[in-house]
Amino acid sequence: MNRLPDEYILPIADIFQNIVNWLVDEWRPVFQTLRWPIAQVLDAVSDLMNSLPFWLVILFFLIVGWRTAGIRNGVFCGVSFVLIAFMGLWDEAMDSLSILITAVTFCVVVGVPIGILAGRSNKFWAVLRPVLDVMQTTPSFVYLVPVVMLFGIGTVPGVIATIVFSMPPVIRLTNLGLRQVPAEAIEAGESFGATEWQALINIRLPLALPSIMTGVNQTLLMAMVMSVIISMIGAEGLGLSVLRGIGALDVGQAGIGGLAIVLLAISLDRITQGLGEKSKQAHHELKPRSLLGRFRAARTGASDSPASMQ
Amino acid sequence: MLAVSEVSLKVREGEIFTIMGLSGSGKSTLVRCLNRLIEPTNGSILLDGEDICLKSSQELRDIRRTKIAMVFQNFALLPHKSILENVEFGLKLRGEVKESRREKAGMALERVGLSNWSDRYPDNLSGGMKQRVGLARALANDPDILLMDEPFSALDPLIRADLQAELIKLQCDIKKTIIFITHDFHEAVKLSDQVAVMRDGKFVQMGTPEEIILHPGNEYVENFSREMDRSKVITAKDVAQTGATPLYADMAADSVLKRMKKTGKQFAILVDSDKKPLGYIFRGDLENSTELEMKVGADFQRQDEEVISVSSSTIVGNLYFQLSQQLPLAISDDKGHVVGTMDANDVMTHLSQAGQYTNIRNSAHAFSTDGQISGESHLTINCFDKVVSS
Repeated sequence: MNRLPDEYILPIADIFQNIVNWLVDEWRPVFQTLRWPIAQVLDAVSDLMNSLPFWLVILFFLIVGWRTAGIRNGVFCGVSFVLIAFMGLWDEAMDSLSILITAVTFCVVVGVPIGILAGRSNKFWAVLRPVLDVMQTTPSFVYLVPVVMLFGIGTVPGVIATIVFSMPPVIRLTNLGLRQVPAEAIEAGESFGATEWQALINIRLPLALPSIMTGVNQTLLMAMVMSVIISMIGAEGLGLSVLRGIGALDVGQAGIGGLAIVLLAISLDRITQGLGEKSKQAHHELKPRSLLGRFRAARTGASDSPASMQ
Repeated sequence: MLAVSEVSLKVREGEIFTIMGLSGSGKSTLVRCLNRLIEPTNGSILLDGEDICLKSSQELRDIRRTKIAMVFQNFALLPHKSILENVEFGLKLRGEVKESRREKAGMALERVGLSNWSDRYPDNLSGGMKQRVGLARALANDPDILLMDEPFSALDPLIRADLQAELIKLQCDIKKTIIFITHDFHEAVKLSDQVAVMRDGKFVQMGTPEEIILHPGNEYVENFSREMDRSKVITAKDVAQTGATPLYADMAADSVLKRMKKTGKQFAILVDSDKKPLGYIFRGDLENSTELEMKVGADFQRQDEEVISVSSSTIVGNLYFQLSQQLPLAISDDKGHVVGTMDANDVMTHLSQAGQYTNIRNSAHAFSTDGQISGESHLTINCFDKVVSS
């Protein structure tokens, strides 16, 4: 075996152990405090999702999918949720959805401001960038160890792991979006006497929105991946049914769990992608478009393309 | 390295001051220094006597919000806002309430003829329309000074000509002080009251368009002015044969003939004692006559031809039809007094001579790069530099 003698092995494992032990001993109140808001939001979302009748949820996703990503995606979302219901995985799917909604909400609430700071300050970005690199290259399993040590096991620590794992894309793409705002738009704002804040609200953020929405989409997909893995630390949801299926060598249960995850992931991906597209196209068409107008446009195939208005 | 160096100028209220230069000459840097989008390294910029360079950032913001507005080469409209929202953008930034800013923005859009487009988005508009919106956005703020950074350079020639004409028309109405940046010499001449030609960060010549075309200060400026149709800037006054005593109707015919022989003219204009034009004298008539001691007005004045009289400030390019009649034109001042005469030959002679800078080296038409403009100055920029690294 090509292995150094034991006396040459550096005690890095011990160092990690000591650091985590020290964190657990000394910083426990801090981590418990961090846990609190996440637990609150998760409970609220989860209560809501589980109290809604399933036909209402299906109708909701059908309409949201249709309005954001077109009628075909709307139907796809609706059918997906119907399938999930008929596979007997409704409760697990709602648990997964609650985890995702909570995790993505926190990622956006924390990640977008961090991305804005990064986009406005080269120094901050220089510090942040290697951190994000490490976060994104760290395998998802590895997150579980410190999370279990610091927060324990269960759904809430799972959500925390998901948040940490899936935050980098929204930070990166917010930063990118802000840096790609055309210089002349910024200059125009400046020349009309915009304050830094006014420029952010009126110019930078709206113009960076398509990029930010792409970031939210990517973050959601990362969270989707993680929400399955966190079943190993006892988080509820579709991942748990896959894990149980594997554990019991029950290919059928693992299979439908996997299928439900895929359906859920594609539905949410389409919806968030649709939102991103919308933010890109918002200014290409006449804004207030009635429901009837949409139908009419779809039927005649007429569109408000810029060229036809010259 | 200096992007702008030792530039001084004074701009009077309500005039269009054009800074003309090729790319890299520092003109865009210069105009951005005026509202401190780029901080000048040293020098002063006086607006109504107050130095903009000394203002705090809050005061500077107020100046940008109320006194100086800018129009950009690439329009710089915000794509996510409707046309109306774009136009009211400046007003929104300074915190005006919705009703009043909507009203002002609507009026500004009407000025540029785009009222019907207020709910559209910039992507729906052609380049010319976008720039109208850019102009409306600046006008909605009702600033004292408009900075226009190559506003028409990105447009097609026909649209550009349209917008130039419209700017001239608008300026008659709004009387803003406009600092206009262009690389197009024709545009500079067409629009401006004052032109400064810029090269390598310095002004090489400053003056009225006429001065610059007719008396270019050096070869660099001459290269531009050579291309110009000079007849579009020279006025009747520039060409007119002035200075000589006018031919009064009560002068003796033989002395008139002598004068005409001396100048080689075939036709002359007679004036009364009040210097009002009376009629034409033909040299042929005098030469065929034997009674030359009579007063010239009584016998020789042609009755069949009305004297064509034009104002001394008329552009010569607009007089080709009148000049084609062969007869000289009477050039009169505001009060109708004849101050000189001009015929087609004079115009040709003038056009063939003017515009060569070697001709005026020793002439009285001295030019200055320091812009000694009389009258009250509105915006003064004193000898200021912008240093850029590399």
